[in-house]
Amino acid sequence: MSGVRVLVGTHKGAFLMTSDAKRKQWDIKGPHFTGWEVYHVKGSPADPNRLYASQNTGWFGQVIQRSNDGGKTWQAMEKKFAYDGEPGNHKWYDGTSRPFEFKRIWHLEPSLTDPDTVYAGAEDAAFFRSTDGGESWHELPALRQHSTAPNWAPGAGGMCLHTIILDPKNEDRIFVAISAAGAFRSDDAGKSWRPINRGLRSEGIPDPNAEVGHCVHRIAMNPSRPNVLFMQKHWDVMRTDDAGDTWTEVSGNLPSDFGFPIDVHPHEPETIYVVPIKSDSEHIPPDGKLRVYRSRTGGNEWEALTNGLPQSNCYVNVLRDAMAVDSLDSPGIYFGTTGGQVYASADAGDSWNPIVRDLPAVLSVEVQTLA
Amino acid sequence: MIRVVLPPHLRNLARVTGEVEVEVQGKATQQSVLDALEARYPVLRGTIRDQTTQQRRALVRFFACEQDLSLDPPDIPLPDDVATGREPFLILGAMAGG
Repeated sequence: MSGVRVLVGTHKGAFLMTSDAKRKQWDIKGPHFTGWEVYHVKGSPADPNRLYASQNTGWFGQVIQRSNDGGKTWQAMEKKFAYDGEPGNHKWYDGTSRPFEFKRIWHLEPSLTDPDTVYAGAEDAAFFRSTDGGESWHELPALRQHSTAPNWAPGAGGMCLHTIILDPKNEDRIFVAISAAGAFRSDDAGKSWRPINRGLRSEGIPDPNAEVGHCVHRIAMNPSRPNVLFMQKHWDVMRTDDAGDTWTEVSGNLPSDFGFPIDVHPHEPETIYVVPIKSDSEHIPPDGKLRVYRSRTGGNEWEALTNGLPQSNCYVNVLRDAMAVDSLDSPGIYFGTTGGQVYASADAGDSWNPIVRDLPAVLSVEVQTLA
Repeated sequence: MIRVVLPPHLRNLARVTGEVEVEVQGKATQQSVLDALEARYPVLRGTIRDQTTQQRRALVRFFACEQDLSLDPPDIPLPDDVATGREPFLILGAMAGG
């Protein structure tokens, strides 16, 4: 019988939530790694029992955990993330230069075909890969050594590589996004990179149309159309139909085009989801109403999805890695909030129910569709 | 035998409860105790000191015999009471909320 497993990273540990295809009754396990920040947990598409988790504290540093049994047991893996060669410099908030310094892993992206290969996005921005199930990590340094890197600057959350998307139709093509440098694409499996930010416009940087410097919050792809990407930027929701070569704004009638997560319906590649947030200075939902917005037209025309979500006195945020979609026939949409709620919709967003209400602040949500 | 008290985060990570004990060859120093600790619990590598520079992580402190040893050079002998196991070597996360 099919079902789902939702993988939730929080400020104080990780939680795993399983349900059958109805997605009404949930079995919740956790916390795992209690007291540690868990930025991300993700399963291998090639082996659903292989999970990876990024565990961190400011006191004791970075740990990667691996499970081979769907999260029943975990093993701490090698935690040495060393930049390849001279770290080089990037820009600090005040425009001065400072060296790249490893702080944490924001995002883990397992290979689509090999459970032992997994990519990791770091703060300060760098792209790592393990080919032995997380036992050792090596930087693919071309990204950090890109000619524009000395001009990259951190976003408010740090200079993080937070998005990694592997092209299912072209194993050499990888997309990443860095706050606040922008989006980049490799067409040779990470050996070289090019910025893909044409069409982005950001008022908060000296040249609003600069090649790099844009605070990209999240990028999403429907695997059936890997050249079509959707982006939630600091401000503006964007789309590209040419793998990032050019972007156009599709914010349309959103109440605010600021936000963090964005995701795509698994079966309808023109149906996308965002969670508008009032502004970059307030980080709260407009009017105290938690609303997911759905566009069935690839952007520009948006509808509010409110059934089951709090519509008064709600001031939580939804962070960039905290939304996911499953691939059941009636797809599930999931998101977690800084208030510790994890909401699920089993009908593509028409109605919502909380899986759990009182977790620590949610940093990430992923979902596995289980056979 | 050197007695070492780990902070709760690291006890969880190493899957131990209470104090741990490590055997040190030669003089008991911060460095030799941490070398022995990491050899016995490899999962702790990088959590107390940087794996490349071997410097203490900024928010980790070392106490023993009611003294703060955090800023001592890593290769000087620890107090006799630690070396003989009468007192533990304490590894702490710097006090903070959150």
